[in-house]
Amino acid sequence: MSETLNHDRVLEEAARWVGEGRKVALATVIETWGSAPRPVGSQLAIRDDATFVGSVSGGCIEGDVVTRALDALQTGKPEIVEYGVSDAMAWEVGLACGGRIRVMVEPVTG
Amino acid sequence: MEASILQQLVRDRAEKRAVVLATRLTDGIQKLVYPTDKQEENWLIKAISQVLAGDRGAVVEGPDGDWFLNPFNPPLRLMLVGAVHIAQPLALIGSLAGYDVTVIDPRTSFASAERFPDVALVTDWPDEAMAALAPDARTAIVTLTHDPKLDDPALHAALRSPAFYIGSLGSKKTHAARVARLAEAGFAQDDIARIHGPVGLSIGAKSPAEIAVSIMAEITETLRR
Repeated sequence: MSETLNHDRVLEEAARWVGEGRKVALATVIETWGSAPRPVGSQLAIRDDATFVGSVSGGCIEGDVVTRALDALQTGKPEIVEYGVSDAMAWEVGLACGGRIRVMVEPVTG
Repeated sequence: MEASILQQLVRDRAEKRAVVLATRLTDGIQKLVYPTDKQEENWLIKAISQVLAGDRGAVVEGPDGDWFLNPFNPPLRLMLVGAVHIAQPLALIGSLAGYDVTVIDPRTSFASAERFPDVALVTDWPDEAMAALAPDARTAIVTLTHDPKLDDPALHAALRSPAFYIGSLGSKKTHAARVARLAEAGFAQDDIARIHGPVGLSIGAKSPAEIAVSIMAEITETLRR
């Protein structure tokens, strides 16, 4: 059954990728306000080729988080990003649900 | 995150140990903290106990800045008594929802690896099985056999446990008879009322898979509301 259950095995996938010599970053929801799509603690693991597993929202901000994760792999530094309600500008990355969340993006090092 | 911390966290999860990943937000310093840690500072042990009990991460103010505490509890458990048809899809749905599933049935023709690939099977009598499994407050128990000889000993054990959900398959009539037997066995009405029977949310489920969905929905509602 392990194959079907990978959706909940974010850290296990991240550790497996690291074991294969890939560069990996993690993103974690650390705070939420209002109607947030995923609770605090939700995680996304991102591999250096932009493959990812898990989620930090309902799919609204994963694209931006993946981009920032790839940047973090270059700089080697963690960062905290806040996402809010998306405004009228369609290109703005945000949460359609009206919530606000803070996400920690960090490279796996060493 | 250091790779060694990630590997230890994955090991803790595999070995079903409760642990909290603590990150100081001012500088990104990280460590794993266990409820049994003796060396750790008091405020941190207290804070991690709270996030583990609530099963939800939080940013807390420490003496040296804000910390994000992310709890990793061992998985919730789902104990199914009766390796019947409904138990097959329910074991799958339970696993998908993140539960460690155990199917209990002394009838080995029912509880076979052929019928339940990749599911933990226990072929002891339900009273012995439940004593060994020791259901806790993160456990859901569902009896599915319709047979009082198998269901009742499991329900006795379930009612003496802090399990967060107890469900019992059977019609209203079957459930009324079950309630009467439990009362006769000395259980108080308040305790008996913990049993969800007929089991599952009322969604008109007919097939075993649909009934499994309705049971899993009721377990989820009980857990989250």
